[in-house]
Amino acid sequence: MFNYNFRWNQALNSLPQMLEGALVTIEIALLSMLIGIAVAILLTVFRLSGNRILSAIATTWVEIARNTPALFQIYMVHFGLGGFGIHLSPFLSLLIGIAFNNAGYLAENFRGALKAIPDTQARAARSLGMSAGKAFRHVVMPQMLRISFLPMTNQMVWAILMTSLGAVVAMNTDLYGVTSELNARTFRTFELFAIAAVIFYVITKAITLSARVLAARLFRY
Amino acid sequence: MIEIQNVRKSFGSLEVLKGIDLTVAKGEVLTIIGGSGSGKSTLLTCINGLEPIDSGKILVDGTEVHAKATDLNKLRQKIGIVFQQWNAFPHLTVLENVMLAPRKVLGIPKARAEEIAVKQLTHVGLADKLGVYPTRMSGGQQQRMAIARALAMSPDYMLFDEVTSALDPQLVGEVLDTLRMLASEGMTMICVTHEMKFAREVSDRVAFFHKGVMAEIAPPAELFGAPKDPELQKFLAATH
Repeated sequence: MFNYNFRWNQALNSLPQMLEGALVTIEIALLSMLIGIAVAILLTVFRLSGNRILSAIATTWVEIARNTPALFQIYMVHFGLGGFGIHLSPFLSLLIGIAFNNAGYLAENFRGALKAIPDTQARAARSLGMSAGKAFRHVVMPQMLRISFLPMTNQMVWAILMTSLGAVVAMNTDLYGVTSELNARTFRTFELFAIAAVIFYVITKAITLSARVLAARLFRY
Repeated sequence: MIEIQNVRKSFGSLEVLKGIDLTVAKGEVLTIIGGSGSGKSTLLTCINGLEPIDSGKILVDGTEVHAKATDLNKLRQKIGIVFQQWNAFPHLTVLENVMLAPRKVLGIPKARAEEIAVKQLTHVGLADKLGVYPTRMSGGQQQRMAIARALAMSPDYMLFDEVTSALDPQLVGEVLDTLRMLASEGMTMICVTHEMKFAREVSDRVAFFHKGVMAEIAPPAELFGAPKDPELQKFLAATH
């Protein structure tokens, strides 16, 4: 009945391939965060603009990103857009899907952070002759990004884990994809996925810890 | 010259400025006193266009502040304002706080902006705090930094909105000394204040606001020595 024989050595032989996959996972997560932060800042500006249309675009984005499964979001980028004749590679689909999700969550984080910055900050900046744009860029936004720093690292961890959803778009070069293909060839399911899980854990832990070190430097005030 | 002509302003149904007429000449130091809710702080934020007005006109060197065509960003470069809450930018060092507007608004190169900032910070006695983050300083020091930050734009006018009201009593002196120094240097200043002794010493004229009306304006000796307005008499009796 319980006669599964562990073959760790065989599974561990695949470690180099899996680590290569881990690099792809990190690459996707990092890029998706950079895109996500940029878009989230844009969405925040949309919401602050007072323009109804821009504000509605931002709100819709945030609502969809936060209230539908990330898996659907990635699926839609690949197969949904495919229906319109826009065919993206699995890599791009996964990247865009995660970036979409990141942007929604981060925009909401930014909104919370803005509430913690007194209006008088922008007012002081404006009274020095800064335009609304300059006041946001040089006074409000830097504080917003610092306040959102820890939520951003959470989102980065989440982005790493979300790469495994690449499964639905046949992504096969990231950590999950590589592990899954090795499994299909060798059936060392438990060993392979346990190793992959440890790699995921090490990556996310490294992110959280380095974020803490970085935060100590950023939050000098 | 700042010319305020029949300015009215309401917040909702509350009229806080009920037709103010006032002219401040170049080099003059005017202080405004009065109870809270008298409209004196609102007037200051109207002068640099942070607050809109309902009717009347404010002219700064002939430019109408609230005219549609007026470039407020440009106008504010020559009107410095310091608030009760000093509003230091917490993510920047003291030096960076003061350099920011000269660099980003006036486009002054970094080295030159730093020179200006160091000069102004030295002026207000903060030469030893350049690399410090403002939250590490006392309220009095932060307020002096805010003054240096406004001065770094080389304004022609300085507005001070109860700049000592939020300070611990032992820190008030250092900020008032900074204002006295500016006044003696010939800066055109409008100071809203509760410091009667200060008002008496530095002002060319003192204006008393009561319920949105400028009830009396006179040189300090006259206004404090022989107040005519009954509300002013009451106010002075209460603040001694």
